Amino acid sequence: MPMTIDEIPPTPMNTQDSRVVKTGGWRAFKPICDNSKCIKCWTCWKFCPDVAIAIGEEGPIYDYDHCKGCGICANECPVKCIEMIPENK
Amino acid sequence: MELPPRRNFEEVNDMAKLTIPEDELMRPGHMGCLGCGATQAMRFVLKAAGRKTILSIPACCWAVMPGVWPNTCLEVPELYTPFETTGASISGIKAALEVLGKDDVNVIGFAGDGGTADIGLQALSGVADRNDDVLYIMYDNEAYMNTGIQRSGSTPIGAWTTTTPVGTTQAWEKSPKKSVADIMIAHRIPYVATASAAYPEDLIRKVNKALSIKGTKFIQIFAPCPTGWKMDPGLTVKIGKEAISSRAFSLYEVEGGAIKINMKPKKTPLKEYLFKQGRFKHMPDYLINELESDLDSKWEELLFKEECSQKMLKKK
Ligand SMILES: Cc1ncc(C[n+]2csc(CCOP(=O)(O)OP(=O)(O)O)c2C)c(N)n1
Ligand code: SF4
Ligand code: SF4
Ligand SMILES: [Mg+2]
Repeated sequence: MPMTIDEIPPTPMNTQDSRVVKTGGWRAFKPICDNSKCIKCWTCWKFCPDVAIAIGEEGPIYDYDHCKGCGICANECPVKCIEMIPENK
Repeated sequence: MELPPRRNFEEVNDMAKLTIPEDELMRPGHMGCLGCGATQAMRFVLKAAGRKTILSIPACCWAVMPGVWPNTCLEVPELYTPFETTGASISGIKAALEVLGKDDVNVIGFAGDGGTADIGLQALSGVADRNDDVLYIMYDNEAYMNTGIQRSGSTPIGAWTTTTPVGTTQAWEKSPKKSVADIMIAHRIPYVATASAAYPEDLIRKVNKALSIKGTKFIQIFAPCPTGWKMDPGLTVKIGKEAISSRAFSLYEVEGGAIKINMKPKKTPLKEYLFKQGRFKHMPDYLINELESDLDSKWEELLFKEECSQKMLKKK
């Protein structure tokens, strides 16, 4: 029986950054923002479940390596400047 | 492996007016489904709690979402704990921190509705009984999603799940949604709140408030699940908001026995909320009407409790 913390065998630990997994491959629809209409309210950034939107100077910067194409950003945008385009087009 | 820099952070525009903290403690590349409300909930909770946090997560979707070993999408340490033990595990983590003399670390249990309303209920009751200084978060997607959509105590009346099948059997969920928040209020812990992933500012305020209070705190977060609710993943936020306006779920907080309702939006028809989700599509009108009047009287009850609380506070 281990008596001190040093005697306890190491448990498996998850230490690698999950960004190595490119979940963008799951996507069927790709969000494209028309920056000329963007009012920079950052509602899209706020609700993205995949943390795939960065706050840019001109508008949202998409991380297409990880965006899964759920469409929340497009639906929540108050000025509707994000369009979901089918990936096979 | 070389990773691109965290763009969210580096490129933050100083002029941007953000209503929630910008620091990201949940990374992309997680295993949550498209449009998962539970991932939004985690992102917001961590934004509020900050880096000095230890999480304890039992079996649930969130046990899978950080990623397959050796990956993790969390920037804070996390303990995987057996399904029924979240409450006990956060007590243990807190006790260990006390031994080490660390009193500035947030200890947060993050469990699903099955892991909270059903199998983890006694461990949760235990931690509340001891009033250990921890925060317990129940993310409520109204079924056991990770194992393929089985009903839980938190599944609402009428819902289809794989264990409450519809069709000729009409065996849809028959018993009302168990109110775990009420169970926790009955424990007389210092802080109980309900929140929603569709209202991040309110959610973050509640997590901050909970973490500023000593003792056991409980927050139930409504988190739509596109996969289990058979809905468009793009509608997660819309449906989350409609849940509140249709009175299917209410946002309130209870401190010192006094209840405060945080949101009283104009009532929208329950049917509009239900029929955006495949899990309710089979519901006959009479059932919807019954459910709606049930929820309406529950809402009246809540308003009445709030009124009583106000009177009580005035007396103090
Ligand atoms: C003791 C025990 N029983 C059953 C399971 C199988 N199991 C793993 S996750 C899960 C469902 C969890 O449901 P919930 O807590 O609602 O979280 P969700 O998956 O919906 O996020 C079940 C039944 C288990 N891991 N341990
Ligand atoms: S489509 Fe979904 S995952 Fe992709 S950026 Fe928009 S909100 Fe994020
Ligand atoms: S099954 Fe539901 S709760 Fe689980 S990861 Fe998918 S959307 Fe999220
Ligand atoms: Mg669940």
